[in-house]
Amino acid sequence: MEQTLDNKQAELKTFIDGFRDKEHFESYLIAVLHKAQEIHGYLKKDVMDDIAREMNIPTSHIWGVATFYHYFNLKPIGKYKISICLGTACYVKGAERILNAVKKELGIEMGDTTPDELFTLQITRCLGACGLAPVAMINDKIHGELTAEKMVDILRKYRKAAMAEAAEKAKEQQ
Amino acid sequence: MKKDDKRQYALILCDGPACLRKKSKNLEEVIKQELDKRGMADRVRLTLSGCLGMCDKGPILIVNPGYVIYGGVTEHDIPAIVEQHLINGEPIARLEINEDHLFNRFFRVFGDVGFFGKQMRITLRNCGIIDPEKIDDYLSVRGYEALAKVLTDISPEDVVKEIKKSGLRGRGGAGYPTGIKWELTRKSEGSPKYVICNADEGDPGAFMDRSAIEGDPHTVIEGMIIGGYATGADKGFVYIRAEYPLAIKRLEKALGEAKTHGFLGKNIMGSDFSFDIEIKLGAGAFVCGEETALIHSIEGSRGMPRPRPPFPSVSGLFGKPTLINNVETWANIPVIILDGADWFSSIGTETSKGTKVFAVAGKVKNTGLVEVPMGTTLREIIYDIAGGIADDKKFKAVQTGGPSGGCLPEEYLDTKIDYESLSKAGSIMGSGGMIVIDEDSCMVNISKFFLEFTENESCGKCTPCREGTKRMLEILTRITDGKGEEGDIEKLERLGNMIKKASLCGLGQSAPNPVLSTIKNFREEYEEHIKEKKCRASACIALLSYTITDKCIGCMACRRACPVNAISGEPKVKHVVDKTRCVKCGLCFNICKFDAIDRR
Amino acid sequence: METIAEKKMINVTVNNKPYKVGGNQTIMQALDEVGFRIPRLCYHPKLSIEGACRVCIVEVEGMRNYVASCAFPILEGMKIRTDSNDVRRARRDIVELILDNHPEDCHVCERDGNCELQRLAYSMGIRKRHFVGEKKHYEKDLSSPSVIRDPNKCILCGRCVRMCAEIQKVSALRYAHRGFHTVVMPAYNMPFSESVCTACGQCISVCPTASFVEKGNCMELFDKLTNPDIIKIVQIAPSVRASIGEAFNLDPGRAMEGEMAATLRKLGFDYVFDTQFSADLTIMEEASEFLDRLQGKGKLPMITSCSSAWMKCMEQFYPDLIDNVSTCKSPMSMMGSLIKTHFAAKNNMDPKKIFTVAVMCCTAKKYEAQRPELQVDEMNPTDMVITTREIAWMIKCAGIDFLRIKPEKFDTPLGVSSGAGVIFGVTGGVMEAALRTAYELYTGETLMDIEMNDLRGFKGIKEGKVVMDGKEIRIAVAHGLGNANEVLEVVRKEPDRYHFVEIMGCPGGCIGGGGQPYANSNSEPLNEACLKKRAEALYGLDRTRTIRRSHENPDVQRIYKEFLGRPLSALSHKILHTHYKAKEPRGIISKETKVR
Repeated sequence: MEQTLDNKQAELKTFIDGFRDKEHFESYLIAVLHKAQEIHGYLKKDVMDDIAREMNIPTSHIWGVATFYHYFNLKPIGKYKISICLGTACYVKGAERILNAVKKELGIEMGDTTPDELFTLQITRCLGACGLAPVAMINDKIHGELTAEKMVDILRKYRKAAMAEAAEKAKEQQ
Repeated sequence: MKKDDKRQYALILCDGPACLRKKSKNLEEVIKQELDKRGMADRVRLTLSGCLGMCDKGPILIVNPGYVIYGGVTEHDIPAIVEQHLINGEPIARLEINEDHLFNRFFRVFGDVGFFGKQMRITLRNCGIIDPEKIDDYLSVRGYEALAKVLTDISPEDVVKEIKKSGLRGRGGAGYPTGIKWELTRKSEGSPKYVICNADEGDPGAFMDRSAIEGDPHTVIEGMIIGGYATGADKGFVYIRAEYPLAIKRLEKALGEAKTHGFLGKNIMGSDFSFDIEIKLGAGAFVCGEETALIHSIEGSRGMPRPRPPFPSVSGLFGKPTLINNVETWANIPVIILDGADWFSSIGTETSKGTKVFAVAGKVKNTGLVEVPMGTTLREIIYDIAGGIADDKKFKAVQTGGPSGGCLPEEYLDTKIDYESLSKAGSIMGSGGMIVIDEDSCMVNISKFFLEFTENESCGKCTPCREGTKRMLEILTRITDGKGEEGDIEKLERLGNMIKKASLCGLGQSAPNPVLSTIKNFREEYEEHIKEKKCRASACIALLSYTITDKCIGCMACRRACPVNAISGEPKVKHVVDKTRCVKCGLCFNICKFDAIDRR
Repeated sequence: METIAEKKMINVTVNNKPYKVGGNQTIMQALDEVGFRIPRLCYHPKLSIEGACRVCIVEVEGMRNYVASCAFPILEGMKIRTDSNDVRRARRDIVELILDNHPEDCHVCERDGNCELQRLAYSMGIRKRHFVGEKKHYEKDLSSPSVIRDPNKCILCGRCVRMCAEIQKVSALRYAHRGFHTVVMPAYNMPFSESVCTACGQCISVCPTASFVEKGNCMELFDKLTNPDIIKIVQIAPSVRASIGEAFNLDPGRAMEGEMAATLRKLGFDYVFDTQFSADLTIMEEASEFLDRLQGKGKLPMITSCSSAWMKCMEQFYPDLIDNVSTCKSPMSMMGSLIKTHFAAKNNMDPKKIFTVAVMCCTAKKYEAQRPELQVDEMNPTDMVITTREIAWMIKCAGIDFLRIKPEKFDTPLGVSSGAGVIFGVTGGVMEAALRTAYELYTGETLMDIEMNDLRGFKGIKEGKVVMDGKEIRIAVAHGLGNANEVLEVVRKEPDRYHFVEIMGCPGGCIGGGGQPYANSNSEPLNEACLKKRAEALYGLDRTRTIRRSHENPDVQRIYKEFLGRPLSALSHKILHTHYKAKEPRGIISKETKVR
């Protein structure tokens, strides 16, 4: 079952408590951030605030550490990562229109993730699929010869599939 | 066949990432099923090993006794191997990797294979032979004997003396004499003291530390305990990349077993020496391989280096004396203790003793890990061990030391590898990356690749590295984009030499090496890019130009394929590329069936 | 502390000439000693060694690479070169690299002519550019009423980060991200105003460029000054007069009291009052409050409340100590409150038409002026705060010949002050002033030995004792929020250790405030010799005053007679006192965390 927020908080707190008796308690910050990311998928601001309080470490320091190491995600990463190719060939074939269509359909900006944590939007350098331009990659799959309409259709299909999957899961659990 | 004739076998299946990608995980299941089916499960032991270093021949399966190495094994081969080899005792020749013979002290069982021929295994001596998840296996190959020996017979001072005498030098990069580091830490006042194993291996393409830990975690642990005993430390940390889950798992298991066997913890083996080891995870920062940055990371801070002195041996982790060595260095310690400094220092060159592990990659026939005595030449590694250049291409350069190292051309092939000779040649030993480059690679592009890496990994603390590598990368990018200007090479040299001498830490001090060494050895390629806007390896896309030759029959395939309509021409008439519109995607080149597109 | 033995002399050569220098110090310190001033940027004598900018590199024989002289110890026999063409060019190139990632808007920059980077670029001889490329682009943070953060001008020397963490222990700022994308910022890149920043402005003090500057109000003030429909009333803090001369290239330590009164009048203010008057008033209230607490009415130790950075710090970092803090408003806010009530009524002015300006050595006062807790009859006591730097600029902008101005007196009745009011500007001054009065109020006798040397000087934490009628009063004085933390930890653990604690947010007290003139070209920010001279200027004014105790100030006596009644009266409470509450985000002071 999906953990509730309280459970997640409790899990992290228990993890932190495990270090309390150690010497240099504060030095376990990175281990705690690893755990927080494992629990929440990324490092949320309020989770970092909790860690700051529990470990008595200034939030600015935690933020400094979280942004230094590339392993830590500061934003949620969606189930599907959409990479719109903005290479020259795609660009002249209207990649920007595709990009705008995605932004409009999902209501997010570049680098963001939809609130349902389904999609993350990124741009990418040439994917080497110029013949199919304009192209976009969703996770590992390349979709080519796109139009704005086609792109929106594809996104909706992904969403539908994800919803079906979730419904299936819910059913199993009952 | 009589029942008592049944032979016992031990199978070793390589579990390294390259083999895993080739489905060696499935093989494990298939082998188990096959053994079950034939009721042989009780007398055949299947072990998963860390990377065996023969990545291009995977999946690898080794059958002992006899040390028969099978390569390229698929699930269809399993029934045959079981039937013919395990039951009938006849190895399957077609699967066997069987080349010329050479014998070596540690790896007698490995000695049957050419790939291992000129090798000598100290660091990796147990990798692939023992089950890394079983302490009993390690004990059976004299594991923890060195620890027992120092605890009972050798005073801490004498351990330090022995390490000093061995001539062992740090395998992580700079080659600082290990014994002197130990001595400084031992003599430093302050308590407690700490011992750290640097397993933050981050060079692209280098994976010897991961393999050593995955294949033989106890050696590293034993080395560290001895280091703690010698320096007076009672606590150790292994700082390891979070990206190495298997190594972490095996290390955790090994630490647990070492504890239950009394090799770690209070009063080790009944002595009054106590020592414990904890694992600390990295989080994706190459600079944490630098010792002061690593210390800051263990302390829970940003992994930014600080000026030295004070050196960690005086003021390290939490401000206390700290001994840091990398994985490979630690793995040598038990061997030196067991076989003696005299024996160890008999291997290698005047200044560099013992062996070194290299991760050989690039355009060679055999890629993977090799461990050779210091003093082996580059040529021996590339041609004798790695089988020479793949696809009969021409050798162009060998890059050693990863992003901190340099590119050496053919005239350096007979350089006997040690710390000094490589550095004299304009490269470094580094952690042991070795990338072989053939004529298809552009040296400007390669140096740009390495600089992109260091620029991205710069911690941002000191000006030369933070701002300087950025500017160098900009210049290299414009050169490879065909926008190089007169004077760019001189600017690269000026910045590079300054960054090398003025940066705060080793990352910055070595970041310009790939650029400076390629300018030194392949200056003409830079000049061609800038003056003639030409890339002789056809690797810099922006410098390529596409023209249609007289071979064109006017089939229109390229015209249809061009995504930007840069090709025009009537049917059955030679087509023309409009260079102002061409985006150099190469589709026309790939689609043309008549070899009529000229790309240069 | 170094002993003499540790400082034994050693022999080195610098540029091939032999020198004897003290051992056990860095190359930079040794070179300073013998007359070489190696260029430097990230180095600051009061902060930990960063070794990051690499501007101070020298050559040392036998070393493969250049050595950062700020971080490397000087050793016997060392052969140092500071002048080779190679090292000079490397330094030059390093500074050029910094410039390459810096906006080139010097002549429209607030720190034009007063910027360390500019001076460095000049002295390195950067007359041509080689490596121009991409520059960073970030939003300015204008959210704080006190401090503007402009990451584009930041050169990542980290002095602000270390100041904020090491000296102030506030840790509002840290490096975030890495490599070329490193930025100094508050947690989560949140607006400064929503962070734990105490607005003390010490980041501005140590910043070599204009990456941190105060939120300026000069243009707005010029507008107000030309508006005939409002009554412009200004007050000026003690330490402004002690430092403003430096902004006009005078040596530190010249007190410019009458000059300031005359100048402010020339600028167009209708009334020029002195914060030192309300400092005297503060003493009356605070000393009385202390005696009340001493008699069991309220918590001890009592902690002073004049410093606005401390006020913000206390509400975010020490909410548990709120009841220990004096309810007295700061002298600035007392003055504003009086102007808009008593002064306005007495002179038949509509307080809504009065525009009160405070010239302060402080950026946090800009924050304080906005605190709703200070309002009287729904009016802010202070309408605008400008810093010493801003007023100096305004004087220049208005074309006033400050150095030749004839001194004038402050206006009455809010312009007369005792020597006690003057010394408010120095660490220990509030305590000293309060004791001069409290002693007399408690014992009925006049304290004769009024210069309390225990409380003077720049030791981080000063302790002292005064015996009043046989009762021992134990006191502590801390300046800088980091030192304050140490004292407050003691207060938390041993509530009975002290009776009275003075805390000033800035190093040295107000004279080292975040709004004071930038260091001149041959000094570094917060140079202790300079702070000493500023302090001496104020102690000098105190010595020359005939009235040196607040309760002897005739205008203070009059205001109690005519208006307030007596200290801590109901009216006093309404007008001169305030309250505090715990605020978010909660500040965290970590014991171990280092600035990295």
